[in-house]
Amino acid sequence: MKSRWLPYALFAAWVVVLATTPLWGSNYIVRVAIMIAMFTGLTLSWNFIGGFAGYPSFSTAAFFGIGCYAGALAQRAGVPMVLAWIVATVVVGAIAAALGAIILKMRGHYFAIASIGIVEVARLIISSWGSLTGGGDGLNVPLMSGGPNAVARIFLLVMIVIMIMSFIVTVIVDRSRLGFGLRCIQQNEDAANMVGVNNRLYKVIAYTLSALFCGTIGAAHASWTGYIDPSDSFSILMSVKVPVMCLLGGPGTLLGPVIGTAAFMMLEEVFWANFLDYNRAILGAVIVILIFFLPGGLLALRYRDIARRFGLLREPKMAA
Amino acid sequence: MVYVQTLVNGIVLGALYACLAVGFSLVWGVLNVINMLHGSVIIFGGYLTFFAWHSYGIHPLFALPVVAAFMFLIGYVTQLLMINRVIDQPVLTTLTLTFGLDLILYNFMTVYYTATPRRVTLDLGALDLFGIAVPVDRVFGMVLALALTGLLYLVLRRSRIGRAIVAVRMDSAAAALMGIKVDRIYAITFGIGALMAGATGAIFAMVYPVTTNLSGTYLGKAFVVCVIGGLGSVPGALAGGIVLGIVESFAGQFFGPQHALTVGFLLMLILLVVKPTGLTGIKGYE
Repeated sequence: MKSRWLPYALFAAWVVVLATTPLWGSNYIVRVAIMIAMFTGLTLSWNFIGGFAGYPSFSTAAFFGIGCYAGALAQRAGVPMVLAWIVATVVVGAIAAALGAIILKMRGHYFAIASIGIVEVARLIISSWGSLTGGGDGLNVPLMSGGPNAVARIFLLVMIVIMIMSFIVTVIVDRSRLGFGLRCIQQNEDAANMVGVNNRLYKVIAYTLSALFCGTIGAAHASWTGYIDPSDSFSILMSVKVPVMCLLGGPGTLLGPVIGTAAFMMLEEVFWANFLDYNRAILGAVIVILIFFLPGGLLALRYRDIARRFGLLREPKMAA
Repeated sequence: MVYVQTLVNGIVLGALYACLAVGFSLVWGVLNVINMLHGSVIIFGGYLTFFAWHSYGIHPLFALPVVAAFMFLIGYVTQLLMINRVIDQPVLTTLTLTFGLDLILYNFMTVYYTATPRRVTLDLGALDLFGIAVPVDRVFGMVLALALTGLLYLVLRRSRIGRAIVAVRMDSAAAALMGIKVDRIYAITFGIGALMAGATGAIFAMVYPVTTNLSGTYLGKAFVVCVIGGLGSVPGALAGGIVLGIVESFAGQFFGPQHALTVGFLLMLILLVVKPTGLTGIKGYE
């Protein structure tokens, strides 16, 4: 990944592959592509707080779920679909900024527990506020007109656009003072504070960024599926899956979240198809293998060494 | 009188919560690991107790020590082979690893036992004390829970191993310099955490239905109790458990049972912000 343009070229190529799936793939492939684009957006978002700033946030599902409900409620109130997504984004951003200002005082284990607590509290509030949210029965969202194929194509494009937007924001953050400051925080927060990084502000911005697109994606997901309920919208499994995808690719990098999500989702599809009963256990095994054998993610592997070991690359001549 | 009944219910519940959380709290305090496996180990202990009773007619009281010892072994080996390899890594790594292990255990339990709720029914009836009704199986569970928690306290206070665990909790580097094998203490502590979880499972099998669906709920309770009481200390877990039991009991009374859980979690979030060291004020780690 030495050259400057390679990550962008790879990302562009990946966008083309995903966007053209309706032309060459079955409906199943298109569905997988939508899910990949959706989770890539979530993983890129998590990367701001978890990758750049190194904070173990497990609140992705809270923002996704609040986005689902904000979008669905706005749509049911008659707000046009795209506007409802924007409303959801703003609502989630505001909630995340407020929560971030409170919980980012904590570090390490306490922060992790608090971020999990937020998911639980959000789920419990939504499911017990029956008059507004339908409680455990869930909510129906007005479906788009048009056949299922047309709808799938539209939502494929929507998810890809959101994914591209989150990638662009990642690039901007990566090159800005903000990205530099967040990397300082990740390495040593106290030292960063000492040399003049505004820790508090930077962390809140990173946390808010990590939530914004989760809100948009949640709202778009609600419009796509047409039905939401608390246990699907606020699943702790999602909150852990997203960081795992990012870790698989390489946290704190541009392309890591994209590669990690693609690899993980494809593995998961294979497991779902072949081992229906054991897919969770296999996910667990993937996590264990990832942590023991791929500590820096796929991007940190030294591919030249691996290729050499399997004889794919010629041995470099030893200096005499 | 209604309030006294609610209070008594809360205290009985709280003793069970204390037993549920004390192992989790110890592991967090000593190893600095958030053990996501805890909930599933409780359920696993519950299943073993249930099937011992259901298939072989073994009373849960006799199954309990065997289940606990078995869990200790599993915990010891898991820590030594797996968790010890990443013990120095940031919380994201250790938490994700234990979550991965939890997924594996959870999956095998759902496949082999299915999620059907099962329960050991002892039919002991209810005690009536001055108009306050308490089911005997719950009192029995409470007494067992308190006895186990007290036993753990004694082990930590009096035994050599216990003193070594406390020493490692306070300062692992200094403990290593004093000749304590920190790796072994870590493994023993994780084993004790699993032992307490298994024993809790055995007690809960008599009081609550056993189903894999509850593993997340139990884990959540352990979080809340730990944060309320403070980390890594038995009195902290006991205080946290009883406070949570009483709070949930009264919240259920005033706002309806479906909100009891929400109030517990909200209490946890507020305490995390206001007083992260917990009510007992014992200093935690970061």
